[in-house]
Amino acid sequence: MSHLDGNALAGVLSEVFTFDPTLARARCANCYSVDVLARAMVYVDGSAFVVRCASCDAVLATVMDGDGRRWVSLKGVSAIEIPR
Amino acid sequence: MSFITRGFSGRSHDRDPRLPPGQTEVSDWPVLSAGPTPRVDTEEWEFSIRTENGAHTWTWDQFMALKIDDVSTDIHCVTHWSKLGTSWRGVSIDTLFEGIETSHDFVMAHSYGGYTTNVPLDELLNGQAWIAFEFDGEPLEAEHGGPARLIVPHLYFWKSAKWVRGLVTMPNDDPGFWEQSGYHIHGDPWKEERYW
Amino acid sequence: MSGPADTAWRVGSVSRISKETPSAARIVLDVDGWPGNDAGQHLDIRLTAPDGYTATRSYSIASAGPGMVVDLAVDKLPDGEVSPFLVDDVMAGDKLEVHGPLGGWFVWRPDAASSPVQLIGGGSGVVPLIAMLRSHHDTADATPFRLLYSLRTPEDTFFPEVLKDADVDYVYTRRAPDGWPTPAGRLTKDVLAASVFAAAEKPRVFLCGSTGFVETVAAWLVELGHDPRMIRTERFGGT
Ligand SMILES: Cc1cc2nc3c(=O)[nH]c(=O)nc-3n(C[C@H](O)[C@H](O)[C@H](O)COP(=O)(O)OP(=O)(O)OC[C@H]3O[C@@H](n4cnc5c(N)ncnc54)[C@H](O)[C@@H]3O)c2cc1C
Ligand SMILES: [Zn+2]
Repeated sequence: MSHLDGNALAGVLSEVFTFDPTLARARCANCYSVDVLARAMVYVDGSAFVVRCASCDAVLATVMDGDGRRWVSLKGVSAIEIPR
Repeated sequence: MSFITRGFSGRSHDRDPRLPPGQTEVSDWPVLSAGPTPRVDTEEWEFSIRTENGAHTWTWDQFMALKIDDVSTDIHCVTHWSKLGTSWRGVSIDTLFEGIETSHDFVMAHSYGGYTTNVPLDELLNGQAWIAFEFDGEPLEAEHGGPARLIVPHLYFWKSAKWVRGLVTMPNDDPGFWEQSGYHIHGDPWKEERYW
Repeated sequence: MSGPADTAWRVGSVSRISKETPSAARIVLDVDGWPGNDAGQHLDIRLTAPDGYTATRSYSIASAGPGMVVDLAVDKLPDGEVSPFLVDDVMAGDKLEVHGPLGGWFVWRPDAASSPVQLIGGGSGVVPLIAMLRSHHDTADATPFRLLYSLRTPEDTFFPEVLKDADVDYVYTRRAPDGWPTPAGRLTKDVLAASVFAAAEKPRVFLCGSTGFVETVAAWLVELGHDPRMIRTERFGGT
Protein backbone atom coordinates (compact mmCIF):
# COMPACT_ATOMS: atom_id res chain seq x y z
CA MET A 1 0.00 0.00 0.00
CA SER A 2 1.33 3.41 -0.88
CA HIS A 3 1.69 5.90 1.91
CA LEU A 4 -0.16 9.14 2.46
CA ASP A 5 1.16 12.53 3.45
CA GLY A 6 1.04 13.70 7.04
CA ASN A 7 -1.70 16.07 5.92
CA ALA A 8 -4.03 13.13 5.88
CA LEU A 9 -3.74 12.98 9.63
CA ALA A 10 -5.14 16.48 10.14
CA GLY A 11 -8.68 15.28 10.55
CA VAL A 12 -8.00 12.53 13.06
CA LEU A 13 -5.45 14.54 15.00
CA SER A 14 -7.65 17.60 15.31
CA GLU A 15 -10.24 15.25 16.74
CA VAL A 16 -7.72 13.91 19.23
CA PHE A 17 -6.77 17.32 20.43
CA THR A 18 -10.17 18.94 20.59
CA PHE A 19 -11.04 16.57 23.39
CA ASP A 20 -9.58 16.67 26.83
CA PRO A 21 -6.79 14.09 26.49
CA THR A 22 -6.78 13.47 30.23
CA LEU A 23 -10.19 11.80 29.86
CA ALA A 24 -8.98 9.50 27.11
CA ARG A 25 -8.51 5.85 28.15
CA ALA A 26 -5.17 4.38 27.21
CA ARG A 27 -3.87 0.80 27.20
CA CYS A 28 -0.40 0.34 28.61
CA ALA A 29 1.80 -1.46 26.09
CA ASN A 30 3.76 -3.05 28.92
CA CYS A 31 1.15 -4.47 31.34
CA TYR A 32 -1.95 -4.04 29.14
CA SER A 33 -3.99 -2.31 31.83
CA VAL A 34 -6.48 0.31 30.66
CA ASP A 35 -7.15 3.58 32.44
CA VAL A 36 -7.86 7.23 31.79
CA LEU A 37 -4.70 9.28 31.38
CA ALA A 38 -5.84 11.42 34.29
CA ARG A 39 -4.99 8.49 36.58
CA ALA A 40 -1.49 7.98 35.23
CA MET A 41 1.51 9.29 37.15
CA VAL A 42 3.09 12.40 35.79
CA TYR A 43 6.69 13.24 36.68
CA VAL A 44 7.97 16.70 35.92
CA ASP A 45 11.61 16.75 34.91
CA GLY A 46 12.49 20.31 34.04
CA SER A 47 10.54 21.04 30.91
CA ALA A 48 9.51 17.44 30.37
CA PHE A 49 6.49 15.56 31.62
CA VAL A 50 7.02 11.83 31.86
CA VAL A 51 3.73 9.95 32.14
CA ARG A 52 3.96 6.54 33.76
CA CYS A 53 1.45 3.72 34.10
CA ALA A 54 -0.12 3.68 37.57
CA SER A 55 -0.16 -0.14 37.49
CA CYS A 56 3.34 -1.02 36.35
CA ASP A 57 5.43 2.22 36.30
CA ALA A 58 6.31 1.88 32.62
CA VAL A 59 6.61 5.09 30.63
CA LEU A 60 3.37 5.68 28.71
CA ALA A 61 4.03 9.05 27.22
CA THR A 62 6.25 12.09 27.30
CA VAL A 63 5.39 15.70 26.74
CA MET A 64 8.26 18.10 26.40
CA ASP A 65 8.00 21.87 26.21
CA GLY A 66 10.71 24.22 25.11
CA ASP A 67 11.47 27.20 22.92
CA GLY A 68 7.75 27.75 22.47
CA ARG A 69 7.37 24.27 20.97
CA ARG A 70 5.95 21.02 22.29
CA TRP A 71 6.80 17.37 21.63
CA VAL A 72 4.37 14.58 22.43
CA SER A 73 5.23 10.89 22.42
CA LEU A 74 2.82 8.08 23.25
CA LYS A 75 5.64 5.54 23.19
CA GLY A 76 4.25 3.19 25.84
CA VAL A 77 0.58 3.31 24.84
CA SER A 78 -0.74 0.56 22.60
CA ALA A 79 -3.97 2.42 21.83
CA ILE A 80 -5.98 5.30 23.11
CA GLU A 81 -9.75 5.64 23.25
CA ILE A 82 -10.92 9.15 22.53
CA PRO A 83 -14.02 10.26 24.42
CA ARG A 84 -16.68 11.27 21.89
CA MET B 1 0.28 36.19 21.71
CA SER B 2 2.92 36.09 24.43
CA PHE B 3 3.64 39.44 26.09
CA ILE B 4 6.06 40.57 28.79
CA THR B 5 4.68 40.31 32.29
CA ARG B 6 5.18 43.59 34.15
CA GLY B 7 7.82 43.20 36.84
CA PHE B 8 8.69 39.54 36.17
CA SER B 9 12.34 38.70 35.62
CA GLY B 10 12.52 35.03 36.63
CA ARG B 11 15.44 33.83 38.66
CA SER B 12 18.28 36.37 38.87
CA HIS B 13 20.04 37.01 35.58
CA ASP B 14 23.70 37.75 36.48
CA ARG B 15 25.86 37.13 33.42
CA ASP B 16 29.10 35.26 33.92
CA PRO B 17 31.30 34.51 30.88
CA ARG B 18 31.23 30.86 31.89
CA LEU B 19 27.48 30.84 31.24
CA PRO B 20 26.41 29.59 27.80
CA PRO B 21 23.68 31.59 26.05
CA GLY B 22 20.25 31.41 27.63
CA GLN B 23 21.54 30.01 30.93
CA THR B 24 21.13 31.43 34.45
CA GLU B 25 23.40 30.60 37.36
CA VAL B 26 21.88 28.83 40.36
CA SER B 27 23.51 28.06 43.67
CA ASP B 28 21.19 25.27 44.70
CA TRP B 29 20.67 22.19 42.58
CA PRO B 30 17.15 21.69 41.30
CA VAL B 31 16.15 18.04 41.67
CA LEU B 32 14.51 16.71 38.56
CA SER B 33 12.95 13.32 38.56
CA ALA B 34 11.31 11.62 35.68
CA GLY B 35 10.17 8.74 37.79
CA PRO B 36 10.58 7.01 41.08
CA THR B 37 14.20 7.41 42.21
CA PRO B 38 15.99 4.07 41.73
CA ARG B 39 17.82 3.08 44.91
CA VAL B 40 20.73 0.85 44.02
CA ASP B 41 22.87 -0.61 46.73
CA THR B 42 26.61 -0.56 46.03
CA GLU B 43 26.63 -4.28 46.92
CA GLU B 44 24.44 -4.96 43.90
CA TRP B 45 25.72 -2.21 41.68
CA GLU B 46 27.51 -3.21 38.50
CA PHE B 47 28.87 -1.23 35.63
CA SER B 48 29.55 -2.63 32.21
CA ILE B 49 30.82 -1.61 28.81
CA ARG B 50 29.57 -3.67 25.90
CA THR B 51 31.00 -3.54 22.40
CA GLU B 52 30.63 -5.72 19.33
CA ASN B 53 33.56 -7.71 20.76
CA GLY B 54 32.08 -8.50 24.16
CA ALA B 55 31.38 -7.06 27.60
CA HIS B 56 33.48 -5.85 30.54
CA THR B 57 31.86 -5.61 33.94
CA TRP B 58 33.04 -4.02 37.18
CA THR B 59 31.64 -4.46 40.66
CA TRP B 60 31.68 -1.51 43.05
CA ASP B 61 34.88 -2.70 44.71
CA GLN B 62 36.62 -3.30 41.41
CA PHE B 63 35.51 0.13 40.28
CA MET B 64 36.89 1.82 43.39
CA ALA B 65 40.26 0.21 42.74
CA LEU B 66 40.60 2.06 39.41
CA LYS B 67 42.38 5.39 39.00
CA ILE B 68 40.13 8.11 40.41
CA ASP B 69 40.10 11.68 39.10
CA ASP B 70 39.12 14.93 40.82
CA VAL B 71 37.01 16.96 38.42
CA SER B 72 36.01 20.59 38.75
CA THR B 73 33.54 21.70 36.10
CA ASP B 74 30.44 23.70 35.20
CA ILE B 75 27.17 21.95 34.47
CA HIS B 76 24.41 23.23 32.23
CA CYS B 77 20.81 22.02 32.32
CA VAL B 78 18.60 22.33 29.25
CA THR B 79 15.98 24.02 31.45
CA HIS B 80 18.19 27.12 31.52
CA TRP B 81 20.10 26.76 34.78
CA SER B 82 23.83 26.29 35.18
CA LYS B 83 25.87 25.50 38.22
CA LEU B 84 29.45 26.74 38.07
CA GLY B 85 32.53 25.21 39.65
CA THR B 86 31.05 21.93 40.80
CA SER B 87 33.47 19.31 42.11
CA TRP B 88 33.24 15.61 41.49
CA ARG B 89 35.27 12.45 41.91
CA GLY B 90 35.03 9.60 39.50
CA VAL B 91 36.65 7.28 37.02
CA SER B 92 37.45 8.69 33.60
CA ILE B 93 35.90 6.97 30.59
CA ASP B 94 39.45 6.84 29.17
CA THR B 95 40.46 4.60 32.08
CA LEU B 96 37.45 2.34 31.53
CA PHE B 97 38.10 2.00 27.81
CA GLU B 98 41.77 1.03 28.28
CA GLY B 99 42.21 -2.22 26.39
CA ILE B 100 38.72 -2.11 24.89
CA GLU B 101 38.55 -2.13 21.12
CA THR B 102 35.55 -1.08 19.08
CA SER B 103 34.91 0.08 15.56
CA HIS B 104 31.71 1.80 16.71
CA ASP B 105 31.59 5.58 16.89
CA PHE B 106 28.63 6.04 19.22
CA VAL B 107 27.55 4.99 22.69
CA MET B 108 24.21 4.50 24.39
CA ALA B 109 24.32 5.07 28.14
CA HIS B 110 21.86 2.89 30.05
CA SER B 111 20.55 3.63 33.53
CA TYR B 112 18.97 1.73 36.37
CA GLY B 113 15.31 2.74 35.98
CA GLY B 114 15.40 2.27 32.23
CA TYR B 115 16.47 5.62 30.78
CA THR B 116 18.94 5.89 27.93
CA THR B 117 20.87 8.71 26.30
CA ASN B 118 23.23 8.69 23.29
CA VAL B 119 26.70 10.30 23.06
CA PRO B 120 29.41 10.08 20.36
CA LEU B 121 32.29 7.97 21.68
CA ASP B 122 34.93 10.60 20.88
CA GLU B 123 33.05 13.03 23.14
CA LEU B 124 33.40 10.64 26.07
CA LEU B 125 37.16 10.15 25.65
CA ASN B 126 40.18 12.44 26.12
CA GLY B 127 39.23 13.70 29.54
CA GLN B 128 35.70 14.74 28.62
CA ALA B 129 33.59 12.35 30.69
CA TRP B 130 33.57 10.36 33.93
CA ILE B 131 31.52 7.90 35.93
CA ALA B 132 31.22 9.99 39.10
CA PHE B 133 30.31 8.71 42.54
CA GLU B 134 31.17 11.74 44.70
CA PHE B 135 29.86 15.28 44.58
CA ASP B 136 31.24 18.08 46.76
CA GLY B 137 33.16 15.58 48.87
CA GLU B 138 30.10 13.47 49.66
CA PRO B 139 28.82 10.23 48.15
CA LEU B 140 26.43 11.08 45.33
CA GLU B 141 22.85 10.98 46.61
CA ALA B 142 20.27 8.82 44.85
CA GLU B 143 18.26 11.98 44.02
CA HIS B 144 21.22 13.24 42.02
CA GLY B 145 21.89 9.95 40.29
CA GLY B 146 23.87 8.03 42.87
CA PRO B 147 25.50 5.71 43.55
CA ALA B 148 27.13 6.68 40.24
CA ARG B 149 26.25 8.81 37.26
CA LEU B 150 27.86 9.62 33.97
CA ILE B 151 29.10 13.19 33.71
CA VAL B 152 29.71 14.75 30.31
CA PRO B 153 29.94 18.38 31.38
CA HIS B 154 30.43 19.89 27.93
CA LEU B 155 26.96 18.69 26.89
CA TYR B 156 23.59 19.56 28.44
CA PHE B 157 23.16 17.76 31.69
CA TRP B 158 20.51 15.25 30.59
CA LYS B 159 23.39 13.51 28.76
CA SER B 160 25.02 12.98 32.17
CA ALA B 161 22.89 9.92 32.79
CA LYS B 162 21.82 9.46 36.40
CA TRP B 163 22.00 5.94 37.95
CA VAL B 164 24.20 4.81 35.08
CA ARG B 165 24.76 1.07 34.80
CA GLY B 166 26.44 0.68 31.47
CA LEU B 167 27.64 1.94 28.12
CA VAL B 168 26.84 0.07 24.92
CA THR B 169 28.70 1.03 21.77
CA MET B 170 26.74 1.28 18.52
CA PRO B 171 27.56 1.96 14.88
CA ASN B 172 24.94 4.69 14.42
CA ASP B 173 23.94 7.69 16.50
CA ASP B 174 20.57 6.28 17.59
CA PRO B 175 18.54 8.60 19.81
CA GLY B 176 18.12 7.64 23.47
CA PHE B 177 14.99 8.02 25.56
CA TRP B 178 15.29 11.77 25.95
CA GLU B 179 16.39 12.41 22.40
CA GLN B 180 13.43 10.42 21.07
CA SER B 181 11.14 12.57 23.21
CA GLY B 182 12.24 16.00 22.02
CA TYR B 183 15.74 16.78 23.26
CA HIS B 184 18.48 17.45 20.71
CA ILE B 185 20.47 14.48 19.43
CA HIS B 186 23.76 16.16 20.42
CA GLY B 187 23.08 18.81 23.09
CA ASP B 188 25.92 21.35 22.98
CA PRO B 189 25.01 24.20 25.36
CA TRP B 190 27.24 26.71 23.56
CA LYS B 191 25.25 26.13 20.38
CA GLU B 192 21.98 25.97 22.35
CA GLU B 193 21.24 22.52 20.97
CA ARG B 194 18.28 22.08 23.32
CA TYR B 195 15.57 20.44 21.22
CA TRP B 196 15.20 18.91 17.76
CA MET C 1 -19.01 21.62 29.60
CA SER C 2 -18.10 18.24 28.17
CA GLY C 3 -17.48 17.85 24.47
CA PRO C 4 -14.70 19.64 22.67
CA ALA C 5 -12.56 21.48 25.17
CA ASP C 6 -12.53 25.24 24.65
CA THR C 7 -9.05 25.96 25.91
CA ALA C 8 -6.82 28.72 24.64
CA TRP C 9 -4.29 31.25 25.84
CA ARG C 10 -6.17 34.35 26.95
CA VAL C 11 -5.43 37.59 28.71
CA GLY C 12 -6.55 37.87 32.32
CA SER C 13 -6.70 41.32 33.90
CA VAL C 14 -6.21 41.38 37.63
CA SER C 15 -9.30 43.15 38.92
CA ARG C 16 -8.49 42.58 42.57
CA ILE C 17 -5.64 41.13 44.61
CA SER C 18 -5.84 40.84 48.37
CA LYS C 19 -4.15 39.08 51.24
CA GLU C 20 -5.86 35.76 51.84
CA THR C 21 -3.60 34.51 54.64
CA PRO C 22 -0.21 35.67 55.94
CA SER C 23 1.44 33.76 53.08
CA ALA C 24 -1.21 33.68 50.35
CA ALA C 25 -3.04 36.06 48.04
CA ARG C 26 -6.45 35.89 46.44
CA ILE C 27 -6.35 37.01 42.83
CA VAL C 28 -9.50 37.84 40.89
CA LEU C 29 -9.07 37.85 37.12
CA ASP C 30 -11.34 39.14 34.38
CA VAL C 31 -10.56 36.87 31.46
CA ASP C 32 -11.76 38.03 28.10
CA GLY C 33 -13.52 35.20 26.30
CA TRP C 34 -13.42 32.80 29.26
CA PRO C 35 -16.00 30.11 28.52
CA GLY C 36 -16.84 29.43 32.15
CA ASN C 37 -15.49 26.39 33.98
CA ASP C 38 -16.47 23.33 35.93
CA ALA C 39 -15.75 23.14 39.65
CA GLY C 40 -12.27 21.68 40.18
CA GLN C 41 -10.64 22.73 36.92
CA HIS C 42 -7.38 24.65 36.77
CA LEU C 43 -5.60 27.05 34.48
CA ASP C 44 -1.97 27.64 33.59
CA ILE C 45 -0.38 31.05 34.10
CA ARG C 46 2.58 31.96 31.90
CA LEU C 47 4.94 34.75 32.92
CA THR C 48 7.37 36.20 30.39
CA ALA C 49 10.53 38.15 31.30
CA PRO C 50 11.91 40.91 29.06
CA ASP C 51 14.60 38.52 27.76
CA GLY C 52 11.94 36.09 26.59
CA TYR C 53 12.36 33.66 29.48
CA THR C 54 9.03 32.17 30.47
CA ALA C 55 7.74 30.29 33.50
CA THR C 56 4.42 28.44 33.52
CA ARG C 57 2.57 27.12 36.57
CA SER C 58 -0.85 25.60 37.19
CA TYR C 59 -3.40 27.12 39.56
CA SER C 60 -6.76 25.72 40.53
CA ILE C 61 -9.83 27.85 40.08
CA ALA C 62 -11.83 28.60 43.22
CA SER C 63 -14.87 29.70 41.25
CA ALA C 64 -17.19 27.71 38.98
CA GLY C 65 -19.93 28.19 36.45
CA PRO C 66 -20.44 30.62 33.58
CA GLY C 67 -18.96 34.09 33.47
CA MET C 68 -15.57 35.61 32.82
CA VAL C 69 -14.49 36.21 36.41
CA VAL C 70 -12.00 33.68 37.78
CA ASP C 71 -10.95 33.45 41.43
CA LEU C 72 -7.53 32.08 42.35
CA ALA C 73 -5.68 31.71 45.63
CA VAL C 74 -1.91 31.35 45.54
CA ASP C 75 0.25 30.31 48.45
CA LYS C 76 3.79 31.65 48.47
CA LEU C 77 6.65 29.15 48.59
CA PRO C 78 9.51 31.34 49.89
CA ASP C 79 12.12 29.87 47.55
CA GLY C 80 9.72 29.58 44.63
CA GLU C 81 10.10 31.30 41.30
CA VAL C 82 6.49 32.11 40.40
CA SER C 83 4.42 32.11 43.58
CA PRO C 84 6.35 34.94 45.35
CA PHE C 85 5.90 37.06 42.23
CA LEU C 86 2.16 36.40 42.11
CA VAL C 87 1.68 36.98 45.83
CA ASP C 88 3.97 39.98 46.38
CA ASP C 89 4.41 41.80 43.08
CA VAL C 90 1.20 41.52 41.10
CA MET C 91 -1.07 44.57 41.31
CA ALA C 92 -4.63 45.30 40.25
CA GLY C 93 -4.63 46.22 36.58
CA ASP C 94 -1.80 43.85 35.65
CA LYS C 95 -2.32 41.48 32.77
CA LEU C 96 -1.45 37.80 33.02
CA GLU C 97 -1.48 35.17 30.30
CA VAL C 98 -3.75 32.28 31.22
CA HIS C 99 -4.51 28.99 29.50
CA GLY C 100 -7.67 27.18 30.37
CA PRO C 101 -9.99 25.97 31.64
CA LEU C 102 -8.01 22.73 31.93
CA GLY C 103 -8.67 19.22 33.18
CA GLY C 104 -11.94 17.33 32.98
CA TRP C 105 -11.12 14.65 35.53
CA PHE C 106 -10.81 16.37 38.89
CA VAL C 107 -14.21 18.03 38.52
CA TRP C 108 -17.54 17.84 40.22
CA ARG C 109 -20.76 18.71 38.43
CA PRO C 110 -24.10 19.18 40.21
CA ASP C 111 -25.87 15.86 39.90
CA ALA C 112 -27.72 15.05 43.13
CA ALA C 113 -26.31 11.54 42.92
CA SER C 114 -27.05 9.31 45.85
CA SER C 115 -23.44 8.73 46.81
CA PRO C 116 -22.03 11.44 49.06
CA VAL C 117 -19.00 13.54 48.23
CA GLN C 118 -16.00 13.71 50.52
CA LEU C 119 -13.58 16.55 49.90
CA ILE C 120 -10.12 16.41 51.47
CA GLY C 121 -7.73 19.32 51.11
CA GLY C 122 -4.29 20.08 52.50
CA GLY C 123 -3.18 23.74 52.55
CA SER C 124 -3.74 25.45 49.21
CA GLY C 125 -5.13 22.12 48.01
CA VAL C 126 -8.47 23.34 49.28
CA VAL C 127 -8.79 25.75 46.33
CA PRO C 128 -10.49 23.45 43.78
CA LEU C 129 -12.64 22.06 46.60
CA ILE C 130 -13.84 25.60 47.32
CA ALA C 131 -15.15 25.73 43.76
CA MET C 132 -17.00 22.45 44.37
CA LEU C 133 -18.51 23.76 47.61
CA ARG C 134 -19.61 26.95 45.88
CA SER C 135 -21.11 25.05 42.97
CA HIS C 136 -22.90 22.68 45.35
CA HIS C 137 -24.28 25.62 47.32
CA ASP C 138 -25.22 27.82 44.36
CA THR C 139 -27.11 25.06 42.59
CA ALA C 140 -28.81 23.90 45.80
CA ASP C 141 -27.60 20.39 44.93
CA ALA C 142 -28.82 17.77 47.40
CA THR C 143 -25.72 15.52 47.39
CA PRO C 144 -24.30 15.19 50.91
CA PHE C 145 -20.96 17.04 50.99
CA ARG C 146 -18.24 17.02 53.59
CA LEU C 147 -14.81 18.65 53.69
CA LEU C 148 -11.75 17.64 55.69
CA TYR C 149 -9.32 20.56 55.66
CA SER C 150 -5.76 20.20 56.93
CA LEU C 151 -4.07 23.56 57.50
CA ARG C 152 -1.27 24.99 59.60
CA THR C 153 -3.03 27.57 61.78
CA PRO C 154 -6.44 29.30 61.89
CA GLU C 155 -4.93 32.31 60.08
CA ASP C 156 -4.12 30.05 57.13
CA THR C 157 -7.79 29.47 56.29
CA PHE C 158 -8.59 30.07 52.61
CA PHE C 159 -12.06 31.36 51.64
CA PRO C 160 -13.56 31.44 55.15
CA GLU C 161 -16.76 32.98 53.77
CA VAL C 162 -17.37 29.85 51.71
CA LEU C 163 -16.39 27.43 54.46
CA LYS C 164 -18.71 28.92 57.07
CA ASP C 165 -21.76 27.50 55.25
CA ALA C 166 -20.21 24.08 54.72
CA ASP C 167 -19.78 20.90 56.76
CA VAL C 168 -16.04 21.16 57.51
CA ASP C 169 -13.68 19.23 59.79
CA TYR C 170 -10.50 21.17 60.42
CA VAL C 171 -7.15 19.60 61.28
CA TYR C 172 -4.64 22.21 62.48
CA THR C 173 -1.10 20.97 62.05
CA ARG C 174 0.90 23.77 63.76
CA ARG C 175 -1.45 25.74 66.02
CA ALA C 176 -5.15 25.25 66.78
CA PRO C 177 -7.57 28.03 67.80
CA ASP C 178 -7.91 28.72 71.54
CA GLY C 179 -10.13 26.18 73.22
CA TRP C 180 -9.90 23.70 70.34
CA PRO C 181 -10.67 20.20 71.64
CA THR C 182 -7.57 18.55 70.22
CA PRO C 183 -3.95 19.75 70.17
CA ALA C 184 -2.37 20.79 66.87
CA GLY C 185 -0.70 17.97 64.96
CA ARG C 186 -0.47 16.23 61.65
CA LEU C 187 -3.43 14.40 60.23
CA THR C 188 -3.39 10.76 61.31
CA LYS C 189 -5.16 7.74 59.91
CA ASP C 190 -7.44 7.62 62.96
CA VAL C 191 -8.46 11.26 62.62
CA LEU C 192 -9.01 10.68 58.92
CA ALA C 193 -11.22 7.68 59.63
CA ALA C 194 -13.24 9.70 62.14
CA SER C 195 -13.74 12.73 59.90
CA VAL C 196 -14.75 11.36 56.52
CA PHE C 197 -17.76 9.49 55.17
CA ALA C 198 -17.23 5.80 55.94
CA ALA C 199 -16.21 3.52 53.10
CA ALA C 200 -19.55 1.71 53.49
CA GLU C 201 -21.35 4.86 52.34
CA LYS C 202 -19.39 4.66 49.08
CA PRO C 203 -18.42 8.32 48.93
CA ARG C 204 -16.75 9.85 45.91
CA VAL C 205 -13.54 11.38 47.22
CA PHE C 206 -11.75 14.45 45.85
CA LEU C 207 -8.31 14.69 47.43
CA CYS C 208 -5.96 17.60 46.75
CA GLY C 209 -2.78 19.07 48.19
CA SER C 210 0.96 18.67 48.10
CA THR C 211 2.14 15.41 46.55
CA GLY C 212 3.20 13.99 49.92
CA PHE C 213 -0.14 14.80 51.51
CA VAL C 214 -2.08 13.24 48.67
CA GLU C 215 0.02 10.07 48.62
CA THR C 216 -0.29 9.57 52.37
CA VAL C 217 -4.02 10.21 52.57
CA ALA C 218 -4.83 8.18 49.44
CA ALA C 219 -2.98 5.18 50.89
CA TRP C 220 -4.85 5.51 54.19
CA LEU C 221 -8.21 5.76 52.42
CA VAL C 222 -7.54 2.52 50.59
CA GLU C 223 -6.47 0.86 53.86
CA LEU C 224 -9.76 2.10 55.37
CA GLY C 225 -11.64 0.22 52.68
CA HIS C 226 -12.37 2.99 50.17
CA ASP C 227 -12.50 1.84 46.57
CA PRO C 228 -9.52 3.36 44.74
CA ARG C 229 -11.76 3.94 41.75
CA MET C 230 -13.87 6.33 43.82
CA ILE C 231 -10.86 8.47 44.75
CA ARG C 232 -9.79 11.30 42.46
CA THR C 233 -6.60 13.11 43.29
CA GLU C 234 -4.88 16.34 42.33
CA ARG C 235 -1.23 16.61 43.32
CA PHE C 236 0.16 20.13 43.55
CA GLY C 237 3.83 19.13 43.70
CA GLY C 238 6.45 19.41 46.42
CA THR C 239 7.06 16.62 48.85
C1 LIG D 1 -3.12 21.17 38.85
C2 LIG D 1 -2.40 22.06 39.83
C3 LIG D 1 -3.11 23.04 40.51
C4 LIG D 1 -2.46 23.89 41.42
N1 LIG D 1 -3.20 24.82 42.11
C5 LIG D 1 -2.59 25.63 43.00
C6 LIG D 1 -3.37 26.60 43.73
O1 LIG D 1 -4.59 26.74 43.56
N2 LIG D 1 -2.71 27.39 44.63
C7 LIG D 1 -1.36 27.28 44.84
O2 LIG D 1 -0.82 28.04 45.66
N3 LIG D 1 -0.60 26.36 44.17
C8 LIG D 1 -1.20 25.55 43.25
N4 LIG D 1 -0.43 24.62 42.55
C9 LIG D 1 1.04 24.63 42.72
C10 LIG D 1 1.64 25.64 41.73
O3 LIG D 1 1.46 25.19 40.41
C11 LIG D 1 3.16 25.83 41.91
O4 LIG D 1 3.79 24.57 41.93
C12 LIG D 1 3.51 26.57 43.17
O5 LIG D 1 2.90 27.87 43.16
C13 LIG D 1 5.04 26.72 43.31
O6 LIG D 1 5.55 27.42 42.21
P1 LIG D 1 6.88 28.28 42.38
O7 LIG D 1 7.29 28.70 41.01
O8 LIG D 1 6.67 29.37 43.39
O9 LIG D 1 7.91 27.26 43.00
P2 LIG D 1 9.11 26.51 42.24
O10 LIG D 1 10.16 27.53 41.92
O11 LIG D 1 8.52 25.72 41.13
O12 LIG D 1 9.57 25.51 43.37
C14 LIG D 1 10.27 25.96 44.51
C15 LIG D 1 10.46 24.82 45.48
O13 LIG D 1 9.23 24.41 46.05
C16 LIG D 1 8.95 23.02 45.77
N5 LIG D 1 7.52 22.94 45.44
C17 LIG D 1 6.95 23.11 44.22
N6 LIG D 1 5.60 23.02 44.32
C18 LIG D 1 5.32 22.81 45.62
C19 LIG D 1 4.10 22.64 46.34
N7 LIG D 1 2.89 22.69 45.74
N8 LIG D 1 4.19 22.45 47.67
C20 LIG D 1 5.38 22.42 48.31
N9 LIG D 1 6.56 22.55 47.67
C21 LIG D 1 6.55 22.75 46.35
C22 LIG D 1 9.81 22.67 44.62
O14 LIG D 1 10.16 21.29 44.66
C23 LIG D 1 11.03 23.56 44.84
O15 LIG D 1 11.92 23.00 45.75
C24 LIG D 1 -1.07 23.75 41.66
C25 LIG D 1 -0.35 22.77 40.97
C26 LIG D 1 -1.00 21.92 40.07
C27 LIG D 1 -0.20 20.86 39.35
ZN1 LIG E 1 1.37 -0.68 32.74
